[in-house]
Amino acid sequence: MPGPASNGHAIPRARTSELLRFATAGSVDDGKSTLIGRLLHDSKAIFDDQLEQVAQTSERRGDGYLNLALLTDGLRAEREQGITIDVAYRYFQTRRRKFIIADTPGHEQYTRNMVTGASTADLSVVLVDARKGVSEQTRRHAYIASLLRIPHLVVCVNKMDLVGYDEAAFDAIVEELTDWTARLDIPDITFIPISALRGDNVVDRSESMAWYGGAPLLYHLEHVVIAPDRNLAEIRFPVQWVIRPIGDEYHDYRAYAGQVAGGVLRPGSEVLVLPSGLRTRIAALESFAEEIDTAFPTMSVTVRLADELDISRGDMLVEPDDPPCAARELDAMICWMSDQPLAPGRRYAIKHTTRTARAIVDELEHRVDVNALGHEPADRLALNEIGRVRLRCSAPLMVDRYRRNRTTGSFILIDEASNDTVGAGMVVGAR
Amino acid sequence: MRHPRGAAKLNPLHYELSHLESLEAESVYIFREVAAELEHPVLLFSGGKDSIVLLRLAEKAFRPARFPFPIMHVDTGHNFPEVIEFRDRLIERLGERLIVASVQDSIDKGRVVEERGPRASRNRLQTTTLLDAIAEHGFDAAFGGARRDEERARAKERMFSFRDDFGQWDPKRQRPELWSLYNGRIRRGEHVRVFPISNWTELDVWQYIVAERLAVPSIYLAHPRRVFQRDGMLYAHSPYVELIEGEVPFEASVRYRTVGDMTCTGAVRSGAATLEQVVSEIASTRITERGETRADDRVTEAAMEDRKREGYF
Ligand SMILES: Nc1nc2c(ncn2[C@@H]2O[C@H](COP(=O)(O)OP(=O)(O)O)[C@@H](O)[C@H]2O)c(=O)[nH]1
Repeated sequence: MPGPASNGHAIPRARTSELLRFATAGSVDDGKSTLIGRLLHDSKAIFDDQLEQVAQTSERRGDGYLNLALLTDGLRAEREQGITIDVAYRYFQTRRRKFIIADTPGHEQYTRNMVTGASTADLSVVLVDARKGVSEQTRRHAYIASLLRIPHLVVCVNKMDLVGYDEAAFDAIVEELTDWTARLDIPDITFIPISALRGDNVVDRSESMAWYGGAPLLYHLEHVVIAPDRNLAEIRFPVQWVIRPIGDEYHDYRAYAGQVAGGVLRPGSEVLVLPSGLRTRIAALESFAEEIDTAFPTMSVTVRLADELDISRGDMLVEPDDPPCAARELDAMICWMSDQPLAPGRRYAIKHTTRTARAIVDELEHRVDVNALGHEPADRLALNEIGRVRLRCSAPLMVDRYRRNRTTGSFILIDEASNDTVGAGMVVGAR
Repeated sequence: MRHPRGAAKLNPLHYELSHLESLEAESVYIFREVAAELEHPVLLFSGGKDSIVLLRLAEKAFRPARFPFPIMHVDTGHNFPEVIEFRDRLIERLGERLIVASVQDSIDKGRVVEERGPRASRNRLQTTTLLDAIAEHGFDAAFGGARRDEERARAKERMFSFRDDFGQWDPKRQRPELWSLYNGRIRRGEHVRVFPISNWTELDVWQYIVAERLAVPSIYLAHPRRVFQRDGMLYAHSPYVELIEGEVPFEASVRYRTVGDMTCTGAVRSGAATLEQVVSEIASTRITERGETRADDRVTEAAMEDRKREGYF
C-alpha cells in the first residue's frame, strides 16, 4: 500500500530518497488546485496555521466546506479573482520521495507558463473533468508534455464522483486520449480515475471504484522510475566557471566547474574539448576540494584535466566518439513568450548551456496548430504560439537534438533591448 | 530504451542522487552562474540557518579559491549576541570579507526613523539600510536564503528576482525560468536578488546541516532563557523590548526556529539539545516556521507580499 506518514511529516532518509519534479496542468475548474491541496493535505505537508487561514478564508467566501484549493492560491490578485495566474512551486514529501510541483495555470494564454513548468519536469499530471471529457486544453497539455519531452504523463480523470464513479465514462476518455496521443511521442502514459474533492485514488485507493486495478496517484508518483530518463551515454560537461585559487600551494591548480549534462565522468576518461577540438584526459574529479570517483547528471563538480589547455566558460568537455554538433545553424521548435512577435530577420541573444551568442531568425518554417497537430504557414509567432524556425548564430553552439539531451538541446532567446526572456527553444537539427 | 548505448553498459539506478544531493547540485550551479554573469554580487548573511547553508554551498561552488564576492550582514543592532559571535567566528574560519550595514547608522544619518513603544521593531527599517548599502557598493546581485516553502507569495518568486531602482518586486513582470537557463541581464541601477535555495524546505535545510555537520548559533538548540508571553508567543526579555503591563518575564527552556531580531522573533518551548533532536521536532511540528516565530508576518495575510514589493528580502 502507499505509505504517506500517519502522523507528522514523513522524513525521507536524507541520503537515499530521490527528488521527483512534476508539473500539473488542467483547464480552469477541472480541480487542479483541489488536487494539489489534497496531496499536500493528505501527505501532511500542510501546517495547522496554514489550514486555519484556509478555514477562515473559506468561511469568509462562503464556500461551505474546507476549500483545499485556497492552499495554493499565492498572490493577492489571484485570491481576489479566484484564479491562478503564474507558475507556483509547491513542496511535499513522503517516506519514499521528495516532490517539487510546478503548478501551472491552464488558461490558453498561459502556454508560456506551462512550458516553463514543463521544462524541468520528470512527469506531468494533466487533469480532465470526467463530465466534460477531453478538451482542447487537454490536447494542448499533452502536446506540450510531448514537445518538452517529459517522459511520463499521468492523466487524472477528475470529478468521478459526479459521474457516479462510472467505469464507462472513464474508459471513453482513456480511449479518446489514447488515440490522440498515439500521434505524439510520449513514452509512458498512465490514466487514473480520481475525485480530488473526496480523495478517491489520490492518496488512498478508492472504495467506490473497485473496477480500477491501478495504483492511486501518490503511489504512482512515489514509484515511477525516472533514473533511465537521464542521458548516461555521452559525456556532456559545459564549463561554467574556472577555479584558479591564489597562493603558492595552488600554483598550478586550475579546475573547471560545472554541472554534468550527460554521461558518466571518471578520472582517466578521455574527453574532447569543444570548440577547440583538442583531446585530453580527466586527471581528477572534485567536489568541494575532495576527490570523487564518478560524476553524472545532475551533479555539480569540478574537473581537472591532464593537459594545460586554454579553456573557459562556454566551452564543453564531451565524449570523443560521439560529440555534439558545433553548429552555427539551428532548426528548432520555439515557444514564444513575448508580446513582441518573433519574425524572420529579427535578432536576439541566445543562451545555450553556459554559452551566449547572437542569433538571427533566418526563416519561420511553420506554426503548429496544436489542436489538429498540423502545421500552418506563418510570418510571425505571437505570444504563446509554437513554431519551427531556422536560426543562424554568431558563434558555434555545441548542441544535441533535444530528444537526445534536454540540457544540451535547449536554449532561450533574450531580447537585448528589454533584457526579457522571449523564447524557449528545442533543437531538432543543426549544422 | 531511449539511450540504448548507455542502458547496455550502465545500470541507471546506480547513478541516482539523493534529494539533498540534487538540491545541492542545483544551488551550486546557481552560485556559479551568478558569479559568471554578474559583475558585483554580494551574499546576504543573517546568521540564520538558511544563510549558513548558503555559505556552505558557496564553499562547494568555489573552493579551493576564495568566494568571488563579499558577504554582507544587515545588522539591526537588535540581534541576539550569540548570533553576532557566531557570525564573526564563521567569517574568520572562511577567511572571507564581511561588510556590516548598520541600521543604527541609517537612524543616525536620518535615513530612517526609529519606531517607538513596546511593539517597536527595526524590521522594516532594514529595507532602507539594505538598499542604501547595495547602491553604495554598486552591487548588482544579492544572494539571499529565502525559500519558496516559507510563505505563499514566495511560492511564485523566481530563483532570479529582479528589482528596479527602488528595490521593488513586480510579481507580474517576472522572467520565465526555463530548464536551468537563467537570464541575469539587468540595466544600470537595477539589481537581482538570487535565491539559490528556493527549492529547499525547512526540513531539507536542517537535514543538510546535520549531514554536513554545520555549526549553528547556540540559540537554535534548547537553552534556558528569560522570556515573556505576548500574543501567544514567547519573546526574549531584552533591553530592546519594553514590556506591556501584565507581561511578566519567566525562565523557560526554549530554542529558536528562525533567527531575526530579539524584538520580533518568537521562541518555542523545547528540550531539543542536539541537532538530531531539533530535526525530529521540526519534522513533527504542525505549525509553520513563520507562523510560530515571526511577529512581522502575522499582521495580515498579505503581509509578506507587501513587504516584498517594497524591497524586503
Ligand atoms: N464534485 C467534485 N468537485 C470537484 C472535484 N475537484 C474539484 N471540484 C470542484 O471544482 C471546482 C474547481 O476546482 P479548483 O480546484 O478550484 O479548480 P482549478 O481551477 O482547476 O484549480 C471547485 O468548486 C471544486 O470544489 C471533484 O473531484 N469532485
